[in-house]
Amino acid sequence: MKSDASRLGFYLLLAPILLWLVVLIILPHIGLFIVSISEKIGPREYETGFDNYAAFFTEPLYWRTFARTAIMSIFATALTLILGFPIAYYIAKLTRGRTKTTLFLMCMIPFWVSELVRTFGWMILLRETGVFSNFLQYLGLVDGPVEMLYNDAAIMVGLVYTSILFMVVPLVTTLDSLDDSLIEAGYDLGGTSTAIMREIVIPHAMPGIVSGCIVVFMLSLGNYLTPILLGGKDSLWFTGMIYTQFITRFNWELGSAFGFLLLALSSLVVFAGLKLSGQSLSETMGRS
Amino acid sequence: MSDLHPDLVCTDLTKDFAAFRAVDHVSFEVPQGSFFSILGPSGCGKTTLLRMIAGFQSPSSGDLRIKGKSMIGVPPNKRPVSMVFQHLALFPTMNIGDNVGFGLRQRGVGKSEIKTRVEQVLDRVGLPGVSGRRIDQISGGQKQRVAIARCMVLEPDVLLLDEPLGALDLKLREHMKVELKSLQAAFNTTFVYITHDQSEALVMSDNIAVMNHGKFEQIGTPHDVYHAPSTAFVAGFVGDANRIDGKVTGVDGATLTVVSDGGAEMKIDAPTQGLSVGDAAQVFLRPESIELVEAGVGVNVSSGIVESVLFNGANSSVTVKDGSGGLLTVALPQTGTFARLQRGDRVFTRWDPAQARCYLAAGA
Repeated sequence: MKSDASRLGFYLLLAPILLWLVVLIILPHIGLFIVSISEKIGPREYETGFDNYAAFFTEPLYWRTFARTAIMSIFATALTLILGFPIAYYIAKLTRGRTKTTLFLMCMIPFWVSELVRTFGWMILLRETGVFSNFLQYLGLVDGPVEMLYNDAAIMVGLVYTSILFMVVPLVTTLDSLDDSLIEAGYDLGGTSTAIMREIVIPHAMPGIVSGCIVVFMLSLGNYLTPILLGGKDSLWFTGMIYTQFITRFNWELGSAFGFLLLALSSLVVFAGLKLSGQSLSETMGRS
Repeated sequence: MSDLHPDLVCTDLTKDFAAFRAVDHVSFEVPQGSFFSILGPSGCGKTTLLRMIAGFQSPSSGDLRIKGKSMIGVPPNKRPVSMVFQHLALFPTMNIGDNVGFGLRQRGVGKSEIKTRVEQVLDRVGLPGVSGRRIDQISGGQKQRVAIARCMVLEPDVLLLDEPLGALDLKLREHMKVELKSLQAAFNTTFVYITHDQSEALVMSDNIAVMNHGKFEQIGTPHDVYHAPSTAFVAGFVGDANRIDGKVTGVDGATLTVVSDGGAEMKIDAPTQGLSVGDAAQVFLRPESIELVEAGVGVNVSSGIVESVLFNGANSSVTVKDGSGGLLTVALPQTGTFARLQRGDRVFTRWDPAQARCYLAAGA
């Protein structure tokens, strides 16, 4: 009796996550996959085949955009790590009590407004008639207005900005768990600051680094708003391409195939990243 | 030649924090190859003192010399001292060999030499062939020895130990006390050990400094500190003691007559305390200095009633309430004479006037 009741409780508690996974993740993907392997041969006439995937490989624009998206996302992830690590180290190791909470909150404040508003903020700063351009003119460093929007650097700034919190949070958590006496022991045994960073702090923070990188990479890869708004209409981002296929071209079949390719790409990069850093997914996700 | 400079010399070392003075004009010398303990209650400043020697905190004033060289302004990674941390601080991301070899790697010693030296030092602490194991695969006592090996491989002039036995269980702690002492003798390195556990300090040390409120109350051999405490604090802190508050009523040469607040009179041989008639005094009397007798007359004999018997094997004791209402803890002799003693029994207590210590009461 009792075990029946507890089993019922178990399934009831499991139900929301199961529903979430099945209804919102697995079913749509099955649907998308079926759509992606349908070839349109005439009005309302479909045949099963991999032509949509073949179209991706034969059209250079598609796979070049795909590669560009991947490389820029990896680059954005690396940049976020380089910028986020010192911030996280400062918050976790060099501050205490109230200051720590305040700094942590300050990292989160930008996320209280919508991504759209934040991105428009960058546009106000970077555009030709924007703050930076006017300031440079005022200083006399440039003669005329400078356009800083609509290039890859602007996209990169936006990507790093939107995702840095997701790097800082897991890093602060793992660095917080590093006992200060380990760092002191490192100094005591004659280690320099760089040696301690390399041999003690970074190995300890590795699970946080990897989980932060995974999240930031996925966010950048799947970001739609930032590349479109900051990169302008010439900027090619793979999510934009998927959107075009679905909405503008009404080519759901090709769009679905693109969607699956993006899924394969992100899985592949995450897998490669884990292998390279010698971490396992369960360990990484379990610790942070 | 090492006699010229003791390994560690502190002169008037002081550390002020915003609100209080943690270490107050502390001066001491530690000769080469000796085991020096700093004993004190928690919050007495002993950890601050140790951290100043290690270089993690800088003194507000005073000088600190190791092998004759001043260490003021020298960062911790440039000092010839190593520290065994309270929780050992072994690096969990490295195996034992890499832990022990860490310091040598920082000095740029060649790979193969590191390997042989790590094996050698692990051998000396009695852990041969464990260098490939992870930290969590060895026991608490073994971790202790790895932590010592990690410091000793660097051949430091002074090894600092910050209560490293605190986390161990009682049996292992007893064992490690003996082992630490023999390791110290084997390496012939100067050890500076801080602890709040008087038995650790008494068993292992060549010299003990008893610290209270940032000051050294007494520096001396374990024997001196135990049997000839120079202040009331040392008498009360090191070892067990009965404390009797009273007033000096007579001085006859070296012998004082003190009447306790309860009205009991006692004679004490206190040659150097400089007490005079009318002074408020504190008398300290060790439980093992008091003798239980069936009947008796003479100096410092009083009759009392057994209040309780605390059985603790060889350390058993009884509390005796004397005629004036004062309670005395008396060590139970292990000869069997009073083995059947029970609550309510009448006994006589006797002690030698030379065994008690008498101090001017604080604030008097």
